[in-house]
Amino acid sequence: MIDYRALGGLPKQPLHEHFSPSSSLLSFLAGKQLLLSELPFPFEVVHQHYEHGYIVYKPSIVQHENRYVCVRCGNEDPHLFASFPCARCGEACVYCRKCIKMGRASQCNPLVSSTQIPPSSPFSSSLCWQGTLSPAQQLASDAVCEAIRRDGHLLVWAVCGAGKTEVLFHGIELALSQGKRVCLAAPRTDVILELAPRLKHVFPSVDVVALYGGSEDRGKLASLTLSTTHQLLRYHQAFDVMIVDEVDAFPYSVDATLTHTVEQARKPISSLIYLTATPNETWQREVNIGKRHAVTIPARYHRHPLPVPVFEWCGNWKKLWKKKRLPANVINWIHLHLEQKKQAFLFVPHIDFLEQIVPLLKSFHPSIEGVHAEDPLRKEKVQQFRQGHIPLLVTTTILERGVTIPNIDVAVLGAEQAIFTESALVQIAGRVGRSAQYPNGDVRFFHYGKTQEMVAAKRQIERMNKEAAERGLLKTQ
Amino acid sequence: MNCLICHTPYNPTVSWRYLLTLKKVDCLCSKCRNALMRIDGEICDSCGRPFAGLEPLHRQGRLCTDCVRWQEDDEWKDVLTKNRSVYMYDEFMKEVVALWKFRGDYAIVQAFQEEFCHEFDRYFDHTFLIVPIPLSAERLYERGFNQAKALAELLALPIHELLHRHHLEKQSKKSRRERLRTENVFQLSEKTSLQDRHIVLIDDIYTTGTTLRHAAKVLLKAGAASVSSFTLARG
Repeated sequence: MIDYRALGGLPKQPLHEHFSPSSSLLSFLAGKQLLLSELPFPFEVVHQHYEHGYIVYKPSIVQHENRYVCVRCGNEDPHLFASFPCARCGEACVYCRKCIKMGRASQCNPLVSSTQIPPSSPFSSSLCWQGTLSPAQQLASDAVCEAIRRDGHLLVWAVCGAGKTEVLFHGIELALSQGKRVCLAAPRTDVILELAPRLKHVFPSVDVVALYGGSEDRGKLASLTLSTTHQLLRYHQAFDVMIVDEVDAFPYSVDATLTHTVEQARKPISSLIYLTATPNETWQREVNIGKRHAVTIPARYHRHPLPVPVFEWCGNWKKLWKKKRLPANVINWIHLHLEQKKQAFLFVPHIDFLEQIVPLLKSFHPSIEGVHAEDPLRKEKVQQFRQGHIPLLVTTTILERGVTIPNIDVAVLGAEQAIFTESALVQIAGRVGRSAQYPNGDVRFFHYGKTQEMVAAKRQIERMNKEAAERGLLKTQ
Repeated sequence: MNCLICHTPYNPTVSWRYLLTLKKVDCLCSKCRNALMRIDGEICDSCGRPFAGLEPLHRQGRLCTDCVRWQEDDEWKDVLTKNRSVYMYDEFMKEVVALWKFRGDYAIVQAFQEEFCHEFDRYFDHTFLIVPIPLSAERLYERGFNQAKALAELLALPIHELLHRHHLEKQSKKSRRERLRTENVFQLSEKTSLQDRHIVLIDDIYTTGTTLRHAAKVLLKAGAASVSSFTLARG
């Protein structure tokens, strides 16, 4: 019987030149780290490749100071480990519950990776893009190229609507010309789905793959890879350039998994570029004291300042709702928008509250709708809002990112609630004034007591506007 | 605490009842707990399917038409005495079972413990011989554990692994007719006398009841007085 539990501890073997390896196995494993159970090859074949130095084993669960650690996803939370009576190893086998959707990493199911990474072929002048960069974008683009040239780190701090994707184009072109493999990762599938066609369009000759749950490209290795951070868990020392978009976004903002995944997927010598509109407090501090190399784009591409949020006290709205009433100033704000026929988002803290107030708001206007993360009609409702059929869309924080609709206003009801972090509030405010045609709008935080997060969000926006003005990045009125 | 299924933090309700009766605190948040739909109310006498939500067309007296069909077939008549199931196999249950059985998150079985035992006591007792439906050796190796056995173990009663299963293609890819036609994949794993014994088979899901009837047939042939089944969910 094979001792599967011992495999993970086996040392790396020297490469035997005389062995002729299976090309299908090597290409299946290229740049990846997979569970033994994920390999569609007989164990004997896999193990021969180990014995001849073509692959290495690694335990997927290790014990570190009496705690279990998942080597694949970095999980260390004792509540997210469990064991089962394993038919394979005949013992109580500990497994990671955190990354179980990617297959069960357990004590007798080691990780397998290839020691051979096939080189990528260089592309000369692969970029087909006629657009021009604003002066601030150009600065950031130069910094990205520089980071790629010297395999360094960089944080691109670009306000919502700055046009940060364009800032990457020249850097990606440079990397591809040097035969480097590039990965652009983001936490949400939506972002990958939006970016993939854009990048395929500007790099028409390059092999581009998009990895997300259910994608047909899963498992492929290309010159330019777009991936959800989740799918990246399967990659190992594969990329020369790692770009991580929306580092602050749900669900990875408070998650060490992201760092773990990114570190595993990129090569030991590689460049690492983070993109964000709202870096967390630690990162902001590190940028301010010069500990973290960063470049800021404080102005939007249309060169108008960011709309600054207005705080408005609305009393104890929760208590008021027990009497099925909403604060008078919130109602006025809604009525005003309905009268002026100006579309708006109303952000609320919880799904339960959302579902309760939508029926009341429908009595103001029958086309008012609510949408939340688990809403099966989410896409349809956003589409209807885009087409102007919905005057007011009540939403939870799911719409704080990505959704760009010209000429809208936003309000937050209950802005003091913990879910509305500095980053969430900056993103919410960032929905307003996105188009050059309508660069202004109203951002209103209805609250029952100002929080530090609210103040920090407002301060961050004002600071960006100030920096933009000082650097001459705004249109002079 | 974090919910065993959805992982969101929640505050378990702790009352004096929990302290006095040493009742275990629920490992699920109230949202997930309430989403598991217990089968309640009027059910088909034979297969335990709830009549609520079933078209009147599919009911004949105390039986559903599927069970009437089984009874009309000489080969299958009275092979399975009765089936009882704990939960409805609805969308939520499908997701939970997928995570537990196919992804292999064994720990989820805890979430079923209380209601599984409670419902077992309602319809069966310790005089029944408890026999989990086995997996084929190949499938067991692939999954790492047998979900039916994991359920049987919740009952904290002796388990009798009397059956052996050959490897065949996945059941779920076949239609009812195909399943009926297929040969019996089960055989007795050891020669034991089942004379006068009442048996309850344990499985995760009763869909058409074919698998359970195939297993029952083998046990009846070996002399069992009756074979019933008890499953986590009714499809």
